Amino acid sequence: MFKKLLATVATLALALTFGIQAASADGNDRLMKVLERGKIVIGVKADYKPWGFRDSSGKLVGMEIDMAQDVADALGVELDLVPVQSSNRMQFVQQGKIDMMIATMSDKADRRKVVGIVDPNYYTSGTNVLASKKVGLKKWEDLKGKPVCGKQGAFYNKGVSQKYGAKIVAFVGNAEAKQALKDGRCVAWVYDDSSIMADLASGDWDDYEMPMVTEDDTPWGLAVPVEERDKLFGRFMAGMTYEWHSSGRLIELEKKWGIQPTAYLSDMHERMKAYAPK
Amino acid sequence: MEVFYEWFRQLYESTGWNLVFMYDEYERDRLLAAVWVTIKLSLNCLIFSLIVGVVGAWAQGAKSAIVRNGVYWYIQAFRNTPPLVQILFFYFVIGNLLPTYDAGGYREQYIGAFGWAVVSLSFFAGAFNVEIFRSGIEAVPTATVEAAEALGYSRLKTYIYIVMPLAFRVSLPALNNNLVNLVKTTTLAYVIAVPEMMYTANQMWSDNVNVPEMMIVLFIYYVGLVAILVYFMHRWERSMKIPGYGG
Repeated sequence: MFKKLLATVATLALALTFGIQAASADGNDRLMKVLERGKIVIGVKADYKPWGFRDSSGKLVGMEIDMAQDVADALGVELDLVPVQSSNRMQFVQQGKIDMMIATMSDKADRRKVVGIVDPNYYTSGTNVLASKKVGLKKWEDLKGKPVCGKQGAFYNKGVSQKYGAKIVAFVGNAEAKQALKDGRCVAWVYDDSSIMADLASGDWDDYEMPMVTEDDTPWGLAVPVEERDKLFGRFMAGMTYEWHSSGRLIELEKKWGIQPTAYLSDMHERMKAYAPK
Repeated sequence: MEVFYEWFRQLYESTGWNLVFMYDEYERDRLLAAVWVTIKLSLNCLIFSLIVGVVGAWAQGAKSAIVRNGVYWYIQAFRNTPPLVQILFFYFVIGNLLPTYDAGGYREQYIGAFGWAVVSLSFFAGAFNVEIFRSGIEAVPTATVEAAEALGYSRLKTYIYIVMPLAFRVSLPALNNNLVNLVKTTTLAYVIAVPEMMYTANQMWSDNVNVPEMMIVLFIYYVGLVAILVYFMHRWERSMKIPGYGG
């Protein structure tokens, strides 16, 4: 009797061990966990209007939040949004604090080593500056030796200071950086052209302009854990992105959130429309 | 030297350990500048907070009620608010009330970000220093002060020649603690874009995706910096020791 019981327990333990090993070996842990708990945790920006920001009631809204909702709907799970910063978003994905992120991240080779950036890209943008019309900046070289406000963690800070000799004064959040620009502590605010366009359109920056030629047009990437990029999760997100492009959903969202239309989205829509089911 | 630097590039390629500042000149200059800014910031804050502490402790015992109340409210204001809030307040509120001059497209402040960091951190640590010195002053026996009075010392002279030298020795261990804390608090200056270690390390790990490496560098740097401060404080403590007085 006792022997039999022992044997059963041993078999059960063995089965359990192997069962768990089998589950982790197929490398779909994160997606499985999402489906099991019926909730997906997506990292988004909370300070990057109009991609991810808080509305007057404190709710997170924006273009990327709409995209996150699309993902949750397609998976049939609940959506849980977690605000992330440029400087911590990749660590959040790595450590499993969030399942994936749609957080205005530029797609860079070294970032691809850390998080699973999914193809195709969902957006592109470049670097430009917001400056008072009174300053009359014309070209990037005009920034030489002058203080330029920026955001901590942005990749182009280094380029602008190395190439054009600007003195980057980087703040933790966009609000502080913009305040410093308004206070006149710097000649310009270096940031993403798409975000600057949204600021100019908001009417709060009437005496300001975006005078430079946009630099480093960079694609944006959403990311899943790097181990699951080539597994179910990554492939699923690639499919989502394809669908967003082919159906014209991204162009629709761009319009909804008042973002200046980008050539990239219309190109991608034209290219992928051809393959879309009629 | 080049070979030495190149070794770190090899290390990155073979192991993924990216000590980027060892082989990239731009990053190296940036980090060295940050090392220096943190040291400068710490020294400035140490000196000014000590001055605030000594003057404040003296003013606490002043005859004028206005001066005493002033010190009381200063301590309340700075001890009861987070240093992060103080730095932001000084930079964005007080800074904007002060006059500026046009420096070609932007308004140059007479006190820059570094200056505001020194001011706010000195007042922050100074508030604690006042209380630390007060505890030292209260430890000086009344009989000693009375003896000084009997010898014809004025209040200020008593403070400088009798009370302070004794009080200082009593205060040193607590002061030591507060100054160590002050050096660590200088990291908060990154919120107003003072290019010190925290700020630069943050920018470097954002540019190079080498968070753990930079965290370790930060950790070692502050351990080293505080160790040096503690070493000198202990030496000072020993050199000021009076046989038979205090522990």
